[in-house]
Amino acid sequence: MRNDYPHDELLQSGHLACQGCGGTMTMRHCLKALGPDTICIIPACCWTIISGNFPYSALTVPVLHTAFETTAAAASGVRAALDMQGKPNTTVLGFAGDGGTFDIGLQSLSGAAERNEDIIYICYDNEAYMNTGIQRSSATPELAWTTTTPETRPKLGPKKNMIQILAAHKAPYCATANVAWPEDLIRKVKRAAGIRGTKFIHVLSPCPPGWKISSEMSIEIARLATHSKVFPIYEVINGEEYHINIAPKNVPVKDYLRAQGRFRHLSNEDIQHIQTRIDYEWKILLQREMTESFQKNMP
Amino acid sequence: MGSRTYMMQGNLAVAEAAIDANCRFFAGYPITPSSEVAEHLSKRLPQVGGRFIQMEDEIAAMGAVIGASLGGVKSLTATSGPGYSLKQENIGYAYLTEVPVVIVNVMRGGPSTGLPTLPSQSDVMQAMWGTHGDHTAIALSPASVGESYDMTIRAFNLSEKFRMPVTLLLDEIIGHVYEKVSLPDPKDLHIVNRKKPTCPPDKYLPYAEDESLIPPMASFGDGYRYHVTGLVHDETGFPTNNPETIDKMLRRLHRKLDPYMSEIIEVEERETENAEIGIVTYGSSARASSSAMRAAREAGIKVGMLRLKTIWPFPTEAIFKFGQRVKSIIVPELNLGQIAHEVEQAIKGTVKVHKVNRINGEPFHPDEILNKIKECK
Repeated sequence: MRNDYPHDELLQSGHLACQGCGGTMTMRHCLKALGPDTICIIPACCWTIISGNFPYSALTVPVLHTAFETTAAAASGVRAALDMQGKPNTTVLGFAGDGGTFDIGLQSLSGAAERNEDIIYICYDNEAYMNTGIQRSSATPELAWTTTTPETRPKLGPKKNMIQILAAHKAPYCATANVAWPEDLIRKVKRAAGIRGTKFIHVLSPCPPGWKISSEMSIEIARLATHSKVFPIYEVINGEEYHINIAPKNVPVKDYLRAQGRFRHLSNEDIQHIQTRIDYEWKILLQREMTESFQKNMP
Repeated sequence: MGSRTYMMQGNLAVAEAAIDANCRFFAGYPITPSSEVAEHLSKRLPQVGGRFIQMEDEIAAMGAVIGASLGGVKSLTATSGPGYSLKQENIGYAYLTEVPVVIVNVMRGGPSTGLPTLPSQSDVMQAMWGTHGDHTAIALSPASVGESYDMTIRAFNLSEKFRMPVTLLLDEIIGHVYEKVSLPDPKDLHIVNRKKPTCPPDKYLPYAEDESLIPPMASFGDGYRYHVTGLVHDETGFPTNNPETIDKMLRRLHRKLDPYMSEIIEVEERETENAEIGIVTYGSSARASSSAMRAAREAGIKVGMLRLKTIWPFPTEAIFKFGQRVKSIIVPELNLGQIAHEVEQAIKGTVKVHKVNRINGEPFHPDEILNKIKECK
């Protein structure tokens, strides 16, 4: 671990998450980056449970646990109130799962991003509604099993591309991150904190019970997601300037899929189909990275 | 013992009944404690040629079932308190546009996110008054797994017959408890389908008033010109600002169940003949009440029970008659007296109404109802 890794723990021991929970690691690293002057806005998701009950609550920052569809809306209100009172440096952190971001919370997130509210919105993406018992979301990967996409009818169509949606809003800073690279995640959250406007960070957060993996495999599988290009790690500045931050090792997608129970039913043809899709998306990402920003196109 | 005897939970009984009632479309959104309805139907509906969609949020689920029903397919959605709140705008839409759909609300503690995994009966008023505007409503409340099956069939029948949304109010206990059930052969079920127009398409008026008060309903694609709007409309379905037409339309909507009350309202009377103390209750609270009643009878106290199987329209007449026969009435419910208030109105002050309430996320213990019985003796 590098020397600049923050040693303060704002998420303390005694939380209620499952072993190997990616969402919990995401929160830990984000708070290390942001420090105690942070207000968390959390919708319905695993994190409404994880921090635990008083006086054993593991979170040391204030929490506004809001209605499922209103993370970015409630954050907008908190931001306005703080700004009016001359507290622009207090961080307002929206912290939501994939269901609360990709599905029911998309409208309020889009509204906040369009107004360019000065908030950081972090989506800890475990790729299904894990808190209600593993129902699919629009972040569920193609052909994965969930309790509402049975093996006989696995989820059709690829995962919704949230980063592209936020980039299309010209949000000043969007990034993907992965709990397997905490330094990268912390650097991104710190960078986001230094930018005014809506910052969106999409963090791949493995869920051992939902992905049907054993808990000690959590980080290893998260790492495979990036090395197989299933979940590339990159930043988008002002919706235009792309930087890929982690060079994938070109691991076959098969290695990532076969390590997880939720993909156990896939045939070799299914895996080939997913591999083709992943290769195609990676090509597009490389093209985007090579395209110069609007600013650089200005005469 | 029939071949269709199972150990199953209430949520599964609802899902199986929907299939047997010929429901072929489900749209929903994950929410505890109702998610099992969606999970089961995600497997079952495709097996019988139906379609399952998991939607992006609750009002979208409501929008999808309205659309599917207008397309001519019986449709179901399932949710719990917060999701029921989110659906309300479209539930009002279904009342005004007279679209048959069935909504399952597996009640949990509220308000807001409340108590997601714990039982409650605090949505009974929402089932009547959740959406804005004057309208009538139908809500049914089963007290067992077997009855969850029967009432789902009945909910579809009522919604089809009366062209309106029907809410099935389970609570977390009924939704999740496993009980033995013997399901009937689907061939033996009485299934009602919506009345279709028989007139030529150019004569069809989708909201014309006749003596039945329930206009026949064409499906999109049947060849009938059809305009459906949440604006107040005339009998053609197109919006109107004519005060007389508005008044006529909204009054029909408000009284369309009046001629059918005896058919819709169902109550179960147990040991009411010689009762001195009456219990009025519903849903899972009826189970503890029934134990309390047995214990009281053993102790020589004459207790009878009126169980509301239909919550809305409210069984005012049955409760008034019951009130005439007993010295006092006890209303146990897992809220702070939502139905007790209606019972007081129904009996018009003739006997005292005692509330027994619990809102801490635990079900009733029969003793607390028994203690109230002893107090009232």
